[in-house]
Amino acid sequence: MLRGLSLAHRVAAPVVRAFRSSLQLRVVTATLIVSGVLVVVFGMVVATTITSGAVEAKLGTAKAQVSDGRDAVARELDTVVSYDDPTLTNKLSGLAAALSGDQGRSQRPTVLIRTSETDPVAESRPGKPAAVSRDLPKQLRGDVSDGFMSFQYTTIDPDGHGERAFLAIGTPVYTEQLSYELYFLFPLDDEEAIANLVRNALVVAGIALVLMLGVIAGLVTRMVVIPVRLAARTAQRLSAGLLHERMSAKGSDDLARLGGSFNLMAENLHQQIVRLEDMSRLQRRFTSDVSHELRTPLTTVRMAADLLYDTKEDFPPPAARSAELLHDELNRFEELLSDLLEISRFDAGFAVLDTEAVELAPIIDTVVESRAGLAQRCGVEVRCHFPGEPVIAEVDPRRVQRILRNLIDNAIEHAEHQPVCVRLAASSTVVSIAVIDHGVGLKPGEEKLVFNRFWRADPSRARQTGGTGLGLSISQEDARLHNGSLEAMGEPGAGTVFRLSLPLRAGDRVLISPLPLDFSADPCRGEDDES
Amino acid sequence: MVDDDPALAEMLGIVLRTEGFTPVFVTDGEQALEAFHEHRPDVVLLDLMLPGMSGIDVAKAIRSESGVPIVMLTAKSDTVDVVLGLESGADDYIIKPFKPKELVARVRARLRRGDDVAPERLQIGRTGLQVSIDVPAHSATLNGVEIKLTPLEFDLLVALARKPRQVFTREVLLEQVWGYRHAADTRLVNVHVQRLRAKIEPDPEHPQLIQTVRGVGYKAGTA
Repeated sequence: MLRGLSLAHRVAAPVVRAFRSSLQLRVVTATLIVSGVLVVVFGMVVATTITSGAVEAKLGTAKAQVSDGRDAVARELDTVVSYDDPTLTNKLSGLAAALSGDQGRSQRPTVLIRTSETDPVAESRPGKPAAVSRDLPKQLRGDVSDGFMSFQYTTIDPDGHGERAFLAIGTPVYTEQLSYELYFLFPLDDEEAIANLVRNALVVAGIALVLMLGVIAGLVTRMVVIPVRLAARTAQRLSAGLLHERMSAKGSDDLARLGGSFNLMAENLHQQIVRLEDMSRLQRRFTSDVSHELRTPLTTVRMAADLLYDTKEDFPPPAARSAELLHDELNRFEELLSDLLEISRFDAGFAVLDTEAVELAPIIDTVVESRAGLAQRCGVEVRCHFPGEPVIAEVDPRRVQRILRNLIDNAIEHAEHQPVCVRLAASSTVVSIAVIDHGVGLKPGEEKLVFNRFWRADPSRARQTGGTGLGLSISQEDARLHNGSLEAMGEPGAGTVFRLSLPLRAGDRVLISPLPLDFSADPCRGEDDES
Repeated sequence: MVDDDPALAEMLGIVLRTEGFTPVFVTDGEQALEAFHEHRPDVVLLDLMLPGMSGIDVAKAIRSESGVPIVMLTAKSDTVDVVLGLESGADDYIIKPFKPKELVARVRARLRRGDDVAPERLQIGRTGLQVSIDVPAHSATLNGVEIKLTPLEFDLLVALARKPRQVFTREVLLEQVWGYRHAADTRLVNVHVQRLRAKIEPDPEHPQLIQTVRGVGYKAGTA
């Protein structure tokens, strides 16, 4: 049973698939079904009308002939007063033969006359009268013996060559003394032949018509489907990057218009893409040039400022202070410049990921160590919490370092002297680093704003690190470049959690992060409570 | 010192002279080679973007005849540019804008060699693929055949060979070989390990003498 089902499935599946995938097949099938039904109905109506018309006509003439026969029999047998009359049989036979008509007509009826009581039956045709009389339908004989004229269609095997259709009409005949029954059996061979002819003609014509309609539907759909398939293939090639791919658009019909519009679209897309590529190239070039042109003089200024700064003791106080300010602000300027260049690199879309397999814990340690000075100045302790096993991920270490530097700086700056916790965790596919502080926190809605360029939670807040305001935006772009994510969560007064999630293998995606985006990710807090 | 920007060159001159160096300046690539032959400097500072011959070509030309330390000055921090510069033969690079102290520290680190001359011979590899290093003589041989290594490549090889089988992280190598206290750019290590392998490994694609430990760093091949 199951095997049968699966076999049926195996056979049906490709058919269903072909049916679903081919518009042409569907149109042809629909045409075949609808035209088939129409042709069958039409054929049946026509066949029935023709056949019944022929039979009605036959019935009309047959009834007239029977009435005439009845009158003739009544006239001829008026002289016979008893069924025992020895001439009766001969008379009946003669009458039957006479009523049957000319010998030459092939469609002449068979005529039977019998008395109402005994059974000397006369038949117009030599042969087996008994068989014929036995074959008369009982219903008809009943009606006649009840005194009605009646007719019935029946099939009889009159000569042992197979059954044929007959119209049987019977009528009682009354003379002064006696009564007889007169039966006519009209062969319906002609009518049947006509009916067969009509039926065969209709079947042949119907099948031919349906097949032709199918072929026509197939051809017409093909005319439409071929350009559509061509358009689909061209679109595929276009989207695969073959921007010079075009459709042929000859003539002025709808399909040519489709081709024309398609080509126009492709042309516009092509131009747009080329324009964007040019812009990107220009932007890249520009960024590179700006970078170089700005950096060379900046290096000179920088060195001069440092030299002045180192010898500031030799200057009068205003000049010494100026040297100090020059030195400090140059630092800020440099950071801002490099951040701006980095952002424009992301915007132009040519930031590249340079991944290698690295262990993450030492990277975090290094970054935390490098921020120790800032942490000390702000009176903030930075704690790290790593899993027992080393976590090795395919990442761009410079970008990860930059993200961590930005997150840790940001946390230290907003920690309000509370400890900052850096936690590392990994699943089989994703590594997460959460940087958690318990400082000022974020107001609702600010979780997204923190990543905006130059956004500051509180513009009046005293700046400590002198960050450029671009750090978190760059970090988020760095995370995205890894196919990872950088998210923030915070509560006013309770602190902020930043969670960086990166795929362990370069090119993978981050589906589920192994760390939650809330304060429960903070293991350092728990240690505090226990102690 | 090769740089086409006169202001920067002059400023660099002031800084370097204050630190006791004697800089010679040229402004384009062709002159750089002439000046190199004439003055035989202890260290070359090379801007990557130069009129005429590019800094990369200059580095290749100098490297083809000498192992003198080359420090690139570059305004481009893209990996492609940095790696290209390092592969052309530079030992170190410094990205503009830089602090004068940083530059001086790097130049000094490149010149520091030869301070420790305790007689020391090192060996790594196995029979049939053996590298012998004579540290004071600054020479290394592969199966008895002399290998030409730049001083930096030599230092890198010595650092790895001194503790065979121990894994060195890129950061540790940066500190020991380049003299960086805080992690700078690990691409320096990667490029130079590749160059060293190209010189000593029979098949650099499948290194046996200097092996990569995934996620950690490098180690000298076991005996």
